[in-house]
Amino acid sequence: MSLLEVDNLSLTIGNTQILKNMELSVAPGEVMGLVGESGSGKSMTALTVMRLLPHAARATGRVTFDGIDILTATEDQMCALRGDDIGMVFQEPMTALNPVKTIGEQVAEGIRWHTRASRADAEERARKMLDRVGLPEAKFPLSRYPHELSGGQRQRVVIAIACALKPKLLIADEPTTALDVVLQAQILDLLRDLVAETRMGLLLISHDLAVVTEMADRITILRHGEVMEAGDTAPTLSGQLHPYTRQLAQASMHVPARARPHGAGSSQPLLEVEGVTRDYHGRRISLFRRAPDIRAVDGVSLSMAPGQSVALVGRSGCGKSTLARMILALDRPNSGTIRFRGETVTGKSEAELKPARRDMQVVFQDPYGSFDPRQKVEKLVAEPLHVLEKKPTRAERREMVAHALHEVGLDQRDMDKYPHEFSGGQRQRLSIARAIITRPKLVVADEPVSALDVSIRAQILDLFAGLNQKLGIGYLFITHDLTVARAITDEVLVMHDGKIVERGKTSEVLVHPQSEAAQALVAAAPDLHRAIAKRMQEQG
Amino acid sequence: MTAYLLKRLAIAIATLVLASMVVFAVLEILPGDPARLMLGMNASADQVELLRNQMGLNAPLAWRYLHWAGGLLSLDFGRSYTYSVPVIDLVRERLAVSLPLALIALALSTIIAIPVGLFSASRRGRAGDTVAMGVAQLGVAVPNFWFALMLIYVFAVWLRLVPAGGFPGWGAGAWPALKSLLLPAVALALPQAAILARVTRSALIEVLNEDYIRTARAKGLPYRAVLWRHALRNAMIPVLTILGLQFAFLLAGTIIIENVFYLPGLGRLVFQAITQRDLIVVESVVMLLVAAVIVVNLVVDLSYAVVDPRLRTRQ
Repeated sequence: MSLLEVDNLSLTIGNTQILKNMELSVAPGEVMGLVGESGSGKSMTALTVMRLLPHAARATGRVTFDGIDILTATEDQMCALRGDDIGMVFQEPMTALNPVKTIGEQVAEGIRWHTRASRADAEERARKMLDRVGLPEAKFPLSRYPHELSGGQRQRVVIAIACALKPKLLIADEPTTALDVVLQAQILDLLRDLVAETRMGLLLISHDLAVVTEMADRITILRHGEVMEAGDTAPTLSGQLHPYTRQLAQASMHVPARARPHGAGSSQPLLEVEGVTRDYHGRRISLFRRAPDIRAVDGVSLSMAPGQSVALVGRSGCGKSTLARMILALDRPNSGTIRFRGETVTGKSEAELKPARRDMQVVFQDPYGSFDPRQKVEKLVAEPLHVLEKKPTRAERREMVAHALHEVGLDQRDMDKYPHEFSGGQRQRLSIARAIITRPKLVVADEPVSALDVSIRAQILDLFAGLNQKLGIGYLFITHDLTVARAITDEVLVMHDGKIVERGKTSEVLVHPQSEAAQALVAAAPDLHRAIAKRMQEQG
Repeated sequence: MTAYLLKRLAIAIATLVLASMVVFAVLEILPGDPARLMLGMNASADQVELLRNQMGLNAPLAWRYLHWAGGLLSLDFGRSYTYSVPVIDLVRERLAVSLPLALIALALSTIIAIPVGLFSASRRGRAGDTVAMGVAQLGVAVPNFWFALMLIYVFAVWLRLVPAGGFPGWGAGAWPALKSLLLPAVALALPQAAILARVTRSALIEVLNEDYIRTARAKGLPYRAVLWRHALRNAMIPVLTILGLQFAFLLAGTIIIENVFYLPGLGRLVFQAITQRDLIVVESVVMLLVAAVIVVNLVVDLSYAVVDPRLRTRQ
């Protein structure tokens, strides 16, 4: 018998239909993967099961958990279920914990609430649970606060909270999306072990087909609130009978068509970094003492040819973003030099940097956060133009913005709109338009597609590849996602603990990684082909 | 933590020194010769000059500032020339009225504001919230002396529960004294409570949208428990900030309220001293009020660190 049974569930918020005749079931000890793009209703399904929907939401149909009708249960019944029989893990570990309470308090709180255990008993159980999720007492006493933990560690605390009372069902909503691939693999392993240990059902929600394929016994594919296809993972994904399933699978593995890199063999390198080091001051421990300095970037040297596309990969915290900031002259190295098109950029004043700024631009990860919501697209996209020697007239400026918008596949009429009128993918197109408007020679892109859905991501990768061909722009892609590196770069630099530990052709490094760090990244990266093959063996 | 504490303390002291310079300078610039005022219009120029020398008014500016500031440190505030007693005695006597008044008002406003803020935030957009915030809006808009008059009319004139004004002194027993401070404290507290309730509500609403609130709900805590255990403490930082800032307005409010209720407090003292150009009293009381505001804000800064562990480890 199913543990969770969602039957003919429809959900509206205000006048918007979120879910339509949704069907889903999870059996004890089973992993159900719920896949879909953003806005498809995955998270709302989870919140319906938890009955934590926004006030304006109206649900019809039937949701049964362990014999209890969720939609008609009283709030008291739901409070008794939440955190006891149903646990939930959320996407964003950095904000999922209360910053003013210790991790011990937060794990013990649910235990005390549901079992009426004494503080000491609850803390002892919390301690055991934290040990279980890989946060041993010696390094992670109960008195730690969330801000003293990294993202991966915080996600372990969230899992400890959710699993503290051995729930029958765990709902994990994009539990690893905010983590790097190595941490992702560790968290997924932990979830898999917990399922095996206690035979709890796991509803795993993700936009990442490869992750779900690795984890789930069965899979449900959701689009615009409707179930497109559901069934055992291996046959569903290998057959790809439903056109949407095929579309998703293809988009996840999409590699843009690119001619061979041009510009190689040109005399002058585009970018040369020599022995660059960056230290950050350690935290102040007392009035006169600081913790030792932290070396974020440690003697890094690299060079890039014009028009070359290079990936800088590494785990979060390895120093790749710090290095990128120094290349963009937004931060100064403690030692070493950076030359851009033969000119030294380190130690120069803002005025002297102007010509260099013109030729290098940046695209950030978050297409939502990187635009001022109160300015029109024309102004936002034209922003870098102030580094031009000659200030363009208004008509010229409009002309340039129109051209840039056209190049990234947007309409020139979009100029008079505000950022909120665009979807995530369109906004990332806008930030690319902003980056290319000065005709730069180098674009540094910091995780430019990791916030996007697979199909949008495929389009944006195509756009990057096209602009590389057409305009000869060199790219430095900063990413922890090897599929991005594989898709559009010629060379890979692997960074670990502030050092570059491996460099080579993308095709070689990702297939035969030499360094330990690169091997760890490659082994942890979810791969749809590999995952399907493995599932096929298991499920026959 | 120690570093944070010492840094805040250093800032507080520096502010106090700067404030003393400003207070001294402003009174220096003001028209009117204290010696001439004390002796009256008929005094001769020689008599005025003599008194000026006695009072040290002819000494260089810097010397006089240091002398004055040094006096403040040793609690020697000089002599009032309208009351002809040491200012410190006046202040001590008046503080016995004003300090309890300010503290009761502060406590009252907090006790009223935080539950109202919690109530409104948890019923956001519903009738209860609309009514509570409408009343709060009224409280912000209506000046405290009008409240004071209405309170006197209802509780003193009509219901005859408390005296309409005056202060029997603490010698007459704690209860009569407290009773005569009650209405003034309420009149002072209401506008403060209105502002504080609005701040509490908006801080809570912001916090209630945070991810960790959802985590707490997913643990099975009822909404009410989440509000008290998780939301309130996180919403305290902006509330504390406003509380500290409002304290200055509270002190300014006592000047008006003490006059309305005829209370022999610091506010009335400074008001009378200003009208009589008793500049030594004005200087001293203003410095005292400045010091009070700075100390309260220092306490607020330190309580941030108590509320938020992140501030304890940051520099």
